[in-house]
Amino acid sequence: MSEFVQNIRLWFAPEQVRDEGDTPDYRFSLANERTFLAWLRTALALIGGGFAVDQFLPDLRWAWRVGLALALLGAGVLCSLRAVNHWVRCERAIRRGEDLPASRFPALLSLVVAVVAVAMVVVVLAGWAG
Amino acid sequence: MGGVSTAGRDPGLQPERTRLAWRRTTLSATMAAVLAVKTVLHGGVSATGVTVCALCCVLFLGFLAVAHRRIRALAAGPRPSALAPRHATAAALCAVALAVCAAALVV
Repeated sequence: MSEFVQNIRLWFAPEQVRDEGDTPDYRFSLANERTFLAWLRTALALIGGGFAVDQFLPDLRWAWRVGLALALLGAGVLCSLRAVNHWVRCERAIRRGEDLPASRFPALLSLVVAVVAVAMVVVVLAGWAG
Repeated sequence: MGGVSTAGRDPGLQPERTRLAWRRTTLSATMAAVLAVKTVLHGGVSATGVTVCALCCVLFLGFLAVAHRRIRALAAGPRPSALAPRHATAAALCAVALAVCAAALVV
């Protein structure tokens, strides 16, 4: 947890990241940046999904609609925060010449998306039946 | 860009690819902002709705500013410097704030 707090400090401090290790080949930094952007797009897509559930499933009961929308929005928030954190960790690992950090997050996110998708199928089918 | 000379150019076109990644991400942010505006219009115009909608537009503009700055930096030279953590954090916080606005609109 204390490492996470240290990472948060790095989010705002460009000089501190640059203090460590050597400046890597610019192509590594750019590749890391593109990965960060891909995660940010995933986060934005999840946020868009949250809006879409609210907008395009109007017949759903309020609790279900808001629950699904909030689950997607929460996943979007986690995803974007994790995007910066992972970017900082990778940037530091590249500078220090260490292995890139391993992460359980992709698996976790897939599970959350799968659960939300199944819930949506069930809810929409139940809506038809009812 | 626009030069025919391939002398000082990265054969993998990394800066260009990164620039396009920023463009794609801007497009995603635009989509989220448009959906926010649609939600507000759909739910009937209220003071809270308009305020949150304006906030979403400001957040979109903030993201656009970060992206534009970075795109300019990437286009400036053949060996662009790395992304500053401050800008990465700013971009991600725009997304987080957008999600918070969305939660306020949905509930």
